[in-house]
This record gives sequence, C-alpha cells and structure tokens, in this order.
Amino acid sequence: MSTRCTCAETCQQAGSVPRRSLSCTTCTRTTGGSESTKTVGTMVSRRCAITGALSAFVVSHGVFLLLSKVVAAKPADQSVSRTIRWGLLVDVTKCTEGCSSCVDACREEHGWTGFGRPATDPQWIRKLFLKDRATGYAVSLPIMCQHCEFPPCVDVCPTGASFRRADGIVLVDRHICIGCRYCMMACPYNARSFVHETPRNQQPHTPRGKGCVESCTLCAHRIDHDRPLACVERCTELGHQALLFGNLNDPRSDISQRLASYASVRVRPDLRTNPGIYYQGL
Amino acid sequence: MRSDDDWGLSRLLVVFLVIINCMAPAVTKAGDKMGPLIPKGKGERCVEETGFMRRNHMELLKHQRDETLYKGIRTKRHSLQECIACHTVLGPNGRPVTIASPEHFCNVCHAYVAVTPDCFMCHASTPGSSDPLPSGDSNEGK
Repeated sequence: MSTRCTCAETCQQAGSVPRRSLSCTTCTRTTGGSESTKTVGTMVSRRCAITGALSAFVVSHGVFLLLSKVVAAKPADQSVSRTIRWGLLVDVTKCTEGCSSCVDACREEHGWTGFGRPATDPQWIRKLFLKDRATGYAVSLPIMCQHCEFPPCVDVCPTGASFRRADGIVLVDRHICIGCRYCMMACPYNARSFVHETPRNQQPHTPRGKGCVESCTLCAHRIDHDRPLACVERCTELGHQALLFGNLNDPRSDISQRLASYASVRVRPDLRTNPGIYYQGL
Repeated sequence: MRSDDDWGLSRLLVVFLVIINCMAPAVTKAGDKMGPLIPKGKGERCVEETGFMRRNHMELLKHQRDETLYKGIRTKRHSLQECIACHTVLGPNGRPVTIASPEHFCNVCHAYVAVTPDCFMCHASTPGSSDPLPSGDSNEGK
C-alpha cells in the first residue's frame, strides 16, 4: 500500500523516497533499510491539492470529451475508428427456445433466404439448444460470427479478402474472395457460409454473389448510419431484450456496464481469439 | 503539275469531311443507329461532367467500393446505389428494370461496346430494397 502524492518535493520533506524524481509519483518510505514499505499517510499539501483538483478536472473533462466523441455518430465521410470496438452481449437467460426472430430479422435484412437445402444454404446466424445432461439445465442461444480480435479466418485467407475493420468488425471483401473456403475450415465457430447457388433479389446494402464466402457483418451498413443491428432491433421490439449491442471500449456504454456487473463468457476462450460476442448466463 | 481544279476539289473534300464530322454527334444524340440511345437520369446533371463519367465511372466506383468496405465511408456522391437510384429505367409494368433487361441504363452502353459489367453478379441493379418476389418476375436473373 502506498499513498499517491502529486508533489515529489513534499514527499521528500516528509522523509520518504519518491520512486521517480518527477512529480505525480507513488511515494514510499523505507524503514530501517529493510525492503518492506509502509504507508506514508496523508501528505497532500495545499499545492498538491490544487494541482490535483486541476488535473482531475482536466482528466475528467478530457475523458468526457473523448467519450462523447466515441459515442457520437460517425460522419459519412469519415473512416471508422480504432477507438471503437463493437461488441454484442447475448443474455441466454432471456433467449427463449423456439424463438428465431433474430434469425428471421437477419435473413430479411440481408436477403440470404435459402433454397430448402440445409446442407448448402447460407446461414449467417443460427439458434443452438444446449442441455447439461448431468443437471438438465438447458439454454437456447444464437451464434454467429464472433468478430474476433485475432480472427483465424483472416490469418488463413490467401487473398486478403477476409479482413478486420478498424472498429472490430470482421468482413469478407467479395471483390477479391476466390471462394477457396479456407476461412470456413479455420473458423472455430462454424460461422461462415459459402454461396452455392445464384442469389436473387439482393438487397442494395448487402451484395451477395455465387462463389463467395459470407458471414454476419454485424450490420456494418447500419452501424455506419448509427442504426441498431437488425437482430438486436427485432429482439428488442418483441420485448425479449436478450441482445445488447455497444462499444466495448467505452466504459460508460450499456454493454460495458453490464459486462462489468455480471459474469459472462465467450465461446472457446482457450483459442485466444478474443471474440466481441459475449454470452451471459451460459 | 497540280492544276487549280485539283486544289479546289481537295478543299471541297476537306470542307465536306468537317461538316460530316460535326454532324455525327448530333445524329448520335438523335438516337440514330450510329450510337446507343442513353436514357436520361432523374437529376439535372450528373455528379461529374458527362464526358468524364463516360471514361472514368468505373474508377470512381472502384475507389468508392474500397472506401466503403474497408473504412465504412458511405458518402453518396460516387456510390453505386446512388447511380442506380438516379439512372432507373422503368419497365412496362412500371417497375425498375434489372440488368437482365437491354433497357437497363448500364446495359445500353455496355451492350453497344460489348463489355460485360460484373457488378451485378452481386450488387442489386434496381434501387431500394427489393421485396422477395416469386421466381419468373422482373427481377429474375439479377
């Protein structure tokens, strides 16, 4: 334990040894040449108090300005920022079995309707039903691209078509995707699909073509226009409230506060992919 | 030795060629067989000068696609969606025609110069969100 002091001069006067000669250092007093340290006690002088208050003001307002910059909608002509890391929290205790509204919303938004052939139909998001045989505890949850910080799909892509946007969204550049499907093999979450058949009625915001790999885009087109994700919007509209979207880098965002308050897990954390999708109650 | 008559004929030929050259664009604009009849866009003028667009629209689109995909920049000026929205051609049923139709704005020129654009293998060739339509409709083969 040690007391923080913003003034090294005062610390020296109090008989302590500042670790660094500059101000604003952590001061400790050694006793009898031993290595043990003791708390010096309150040593904040008036000068320290004033500078401390000033720096606290500057820091708090600086943080506030920074956060308001992060929270504000991105202008259309500006690039996405690395200061943002988009994430999604799935509360599996609120996700009901048999409900597939998020899947339906995604399908309608992006137009990935299948052809009644489950083996080859695209699937950007799917519902899983898990049951612990020992206890009988059962949960239902959606799973999609986990938007990893270290995505294996990006590592293996031979053309650079798989990439991670600055704000953490993992995407496929269909202009240079050759359809080799290495990314599908590399993805531990089975999140990607190959377009086997010629799509029809593509949505203007979601181009889709035969021979490319595709997956959840975290509704990047909606995020860029400051609109909620299609799945989150539908889940919220129906009152389920099982999906919470937000900026993981902003400690004031709803998702960050919920993650700080409740236990959550990510799928296969042992792979160290650092996914952006969190599950609560799993 | 060159006679005065020869000189006069040569001058006449040059004047004739100049007149023909000046007339050609007018004939093309009139929709004669000499060039494609390009449908007019909805706006008063294009986002860039027409001649520039005819030569460089593909470069603008390519630049914009990377800006949008990698950086999330979604300005409308050079966006394919905006091109499609402005240059819509309505079919007999009152709905925008798709790239499958020879009357589609892109097709009119691209068919004339025998260059196949592959944008619409993935991108929608009609503006707005197209409703899920049964097979055999006007959006078939998009």
